[in-house]
Amino acid sequence: MAKATRDAYGEELAKLVAENPKIVILDADLAGSTKSAVGGKVAPERFFDMGIAEANMIGVSAGLAASGFIPFASSFAMFCTGRVWEQVRNSVAYPGLNVKIVGSHSGISVGEDGVTHQAIEDISIMRSITGLQVYVPCDQYETKAVIDYVAEHDGPCYVRLGRAAVDDVYDADKVFDVTKINVIRKGTKAAVFACGLMVQKTLEAAELLAKEGIDITVIDVCAIKPSDEEGIAEVLAEYDQIFTVEEHSVMGGLGTMICEVAAERCPKKIHRIGMYGFGESGSWQDLLKEYNLDGEGIYNQIKGYME
Amino acid sequence: MDIKQLREHAKNIRINIIKQVSNAKSGHPGGSLGATDILTVLYFEVMDITAENVKTKDRDRFVLSKGHASPALYATLAEKGIIPAEELMTFRKLHTRLQGHPDMHSLPGVDMSTGSLGQGLSAAVGMALANRLNKNDHRIYALVGDGEAEEGQIWEAAMAAHHYKLDNLCAVIDENGLQIDGWTKDVISPAPFKEKFEAFGWHVIEIDGHDYEQIKNAFDEAKTVKGRPTCIVAKTIKGKGVSYMENVADWHGKAPDAKLTEVALKDLEGM
Repeated sequence: MAKATRDAYGEELAKLVAENPKIVILDADLAGSTKSAVGGKVAPERFFDMGIAEANMIGVSAGLAASGFIPFASSFAMFCTGRVWEQVRNSVAYPGLNVKIVGSHSGISVGEDGVTHQAIEDISIMRSITGLQVYVPCDQYETKAVIDYVAEHDGPCYVRLGRAAVDDVYDADKVFDVTKINVIRKGTKAAVFACGLMVQKTLEAAELLAKEGIDITVIDVCAIKPSDEEGIAEVLAEYDQIFTVEEHSVMGGLGTMICEVAAERCPKKIHRIGMYGFGESGSWQDLLKEYNLDGEGIYNQIKGYME
Repeated sequence: MDIKQLREHAKNIRINIIKQVSNAKSGHPGGSLGATDILTVLYFEVMDITAENVKTKDRDRFVLSKGHASPALYATLAEKGIIPAEELMTFRKLHTRLQGHPDMHSLPGVDMSTGSLGQGLSAAVGMALANRLNKNDHRIYALVGDGEAEEGQIWEAAMAAHHYKLDNLCAVIDENGLQIDGWTKDVISPAPFKEKFEAFGWHVIEIDGHDYEQIKNAFDEAKTVKGRPTCIVAKTIKGKGVSYMENVADWHGKAPDAKLTEVALKDLEGM
């Protein structure tokens, strides 16, 4: 079944807000799009639309958290990370306040809205903030597990979600440990680390490669920070051909994180597949194709490096 | 209200502001001295904070949105017996609980970490919303610098506080008219505050920020206002009490040397 991770977020939030009176929901005029409104409907007295004023939304979340609440603050990834980076750093992370920032519409798969709305730096800038955890789930089930996890974890978190409906990677009954990597396809020729929507696209690439007798391992890396260093190092040790795939700048995101782990634990040559510049307008499918981040594009890039 | 007693507290606080900044050889004396009378009335006449209840949320809370006035807050907490007075001499030194700008986790009595201007009022809005949700009748106070109000986030917070009818929130604008680069009217004027906050839907009271009765009356009036937040616009003198610091922008963020410290302490003893 295809479902957007943001839809899974709304459903899980609706469940959590009904169960836990400490959860409050904030949005910045995008509640219908981020799906925080789905949770808001369940507990309207604990839903606060802060309007098109993201900086204040983060500060208000900090004040609510300083009073014992667990705020989920949502907007598009661009506006709840880049626009408010310093508020997140100084009002949330420095005091270690229990705020959950959930950014939907991340990456170029926002589509037609174009560059101004395509966050391809959010993982990088959020990852660098002390004490802030970062998760990038790939499908509805992993998203729900991540939302459950961050609601339980006492501390600031950023969760990166997408706009587009994406295929399930996991079964409904999968039991997740969102702090660990998930090897979801096992091969021998190469290991490919991916996150978010790129997990599905890398699986498509793996199918194309398999037809040519090239079996690759595909690893879903949901926990960007703290990362599963142990698990990543084990995979690195096993393969000579290593790739990372992300719908994000190749600077500072998943690829960089894997390179950091490799540099310290298991040095390997690593090819980073991702965005090397700004995107543009277009349907999300056309954009992934244009930037070689659809199944075929990833297949071509991996094959190109391997030859 | 014992005005003589308040004056004594304020004098001690001002002396400790100078001692902290002088000892640390850095810090912000001007805005701290200017805000002292407001803090004195807040902590000794208005808020129900004590050394016993300081670690709970079952009391009034205060956000120093203009976090650089930390010496004033620390000296007030010491005067109140919440932190030891000797600790003031650790201000800004390695491993201190008295960080350059207030850290809510290191020091009891600091209700929000602040320092980056424009952010504290938003946190105060969140605390006021939280109190309403928790049916906690205690009030939230925030002290905002006039220069700080040049930050757009202050007005985002003002909009939200009115929209959510936060009558348990009271902000004080510390209008000393000065900022680092000079007079606010010359740098970029954030005024007029009364008209702006009224346009944002707040109840506004203008006072002399050094007149204890006016300060107390304003906080009392704010408690009676229903359905909207109150903004007290307090005219203050930056550097108040130290002859050579009064109304001099240069004393925003620098420490007096030994000789000038002596002059300052002498000025304050005579207050």
